[in-house]
Amino acid sequence: MPEERTPSCLAGVGLKATHVPALLARGPAAFLGGAGFLEVHAENYMVDGGPMLQHLERVRAHWPLSIHGVGLSIGGEGPLDEAHLDRLDRLLRRFEPRWFSEHLAWSSHGGHWFNDLLPLPYDRASLNRVCDHIDQVQQHLRRPLLLENPSTYLHYASSTMDEPAFLAEVVRRTGCSLLLDVNNAYVSGVNQGRDPWTLIEALPAHAVAEIHLAGFAEDLDAAGDRLLIDHHGAAVDAAVWALYERAVALLGPVPTLIERDNHVPALSVLEAEARCTLDAQHHALDSLVTA
Amino acid sequence: MRPASPLQHAFATALLDPSLPTPAGLCAWNGSDPGVRFAVYRNNVVHSLVAVLGDTFPVVRQLVGEDFFGAMARVFVAEHPPTSPLMHRYGGGFPGWVADFEPATALPYLWDLARLEWARMAAFHAADADPVDAQALVAVLQAPDRLAVSSLILHPSLAVVQSPHPVVSLWSAHQQDDDARDQQLGQLRLDAGESALVFRVDDDALVLELPAADAALAAALAGGAPLGAAQASHPQADLARLLSVLLRHGQVIGVTSGPVSGQHAPNDTPQPAPETSA
Repeated sequence: MPEERTPSCLAGVGLKATHVPALLARGPAAFLGGAGFLEVHAENYMVDGGPMLQHLERVRAHWPLSIHGVGLSIGGEGPLDEAHLDRLDRLLRRFEPRWFSEHLAWSSHGGHWFNDLLPLPYDRASLNRVCDHIDQVQQHLRRPLLLENPSTYLHYASSTMDEPAFLAEVVRRTGCSLLLDVNNAYVSGVNQGRDPWTLIEALPAHAVAEIHLAGFAEDLDAAGDRLLIDHHGAAVDAAVWALYERAVALLGPVPTLIERDNHVPALSVLEAEARCTLDAQHHALDSLVTA
Repeated sequence: MRPASPLQHAFATALLDPSLPTPAGLCAWNGSDPGVRFAVYRNNVVHSLVAVLGDTFPVVRQLVGEDFFGAMARVFVAEHPPTSPLMHRYGGGFPGWVADFEPATALPYLWDLARLEWARMAAFHAADADPVDAQALVAVLQAPDRLAVSSLILHPSLAVVQSPHPVVSLWSAHQQDDDARDQQLGQLRLDAGESALVFRVDDDALVLELPAADAALAAALAGGAPLGAAQASHPQADLARLLSVLLRHGQVIGVTSGPVSGQHAPNDTPQPAPETSA
């Protein structure tokens, strides 16, 4: 049944305000053949009123929704921001998304917010803290969290375990799921001098509930080696596509999102990329069925 | 609270202060200088926050140019990093800061323009509210003795911006193409003051120019003053004209007897938007 759409194959794009009219005009059947979903950043919708929330209500009426947080600072040393958890709770109860995700990173310290996803050492203290925070988040929000693997540019000398081992232990202890960002896996792999596949193959496959794909920028480090910058401002790179196809062959179909936050093109351009992920998922599904 | 580890504290401090060395304990897989890699985080933080300010204050950015705006915004970011992950609330203190930013004092209208742009941002995301019920309004209008002591409850999106400079013309000129903009800017007298109401209608934050006296009256009403007292203290203003504008755009959401306390400020003194967690 190579051409049959199944509910287990879903593809999405990050929702941009500029795309909302085009999306609503098309409707669900004409967007990714009825297999589409949308993702938004939670913090952009933590507003008192106005068009953002109204548009999201209309989108939510037609499509599965993923709410992707960037504000919890789960890897932060300090306690979680209770006010922010409450805001998240209100947003999630209002829109009841199919998925809620956050990052293995920290973004605030000493009362300041850095608006970036900063790296943490992979050691016992970080592990305990991250697990405590995820327990607190899942209890407060009464729903599972999908934790996203980060893109990193350096590492801590104090780390005592590698990233996949850290993530696997977080999943084991907290029962959270994973958002596998294949672009982040590739960027971090190149930036840390390791094969990106070693991360993906070591993750607990059952826990991967969503995949992200995005573009990166090229730079060089002080030794002239490649330094990739996760900037969400370009099409998905061929190397990331290859890694993605390998990942879904291993994991089976996983709802996959195209992220683009800079140099955002027309909706149809992002949709075409998302359609490629559907093709890859169907191919993986066929292989699983015939195997 | 757990004790802060020196490592994360050093990381956070060095992010915003490029004069500090790369924090100890960070490394690159190939043994190269981690400073180049730490700079990626520094750039991400500063550039993303400068971009947030640039998106919130696009006309200020165009007026001073990308280079000047970037340099100015970087100083602001270093002095006033955000305290909340809600980026649409970042920049409420920027207009007031711009007023005191020495290199920008040659453009005395800049902070008023920034106030106007911040008012638009706030209006766009302000709470929804239905216009006042027509019958309730008619009941007040038919009782002149009640009318004078009644106060209006105005829409949460409404702000009044008053300026000794042509802030509305400056702003509207930058909503046009380059030729029309330059032509409009060439005709401006920079000492001709302008005032405006800023409010949301449907999906847009509108800027509606008002005579100065009407704007002062609007600010008084937005501050909760009763209609009679507000009119008496602004005799030059045309209350009927102002009311007609407010009602036409659905900006009156209630009428009460006596002064309204706790109404939102008329936005003449910009302050960082409060965190509302309720």
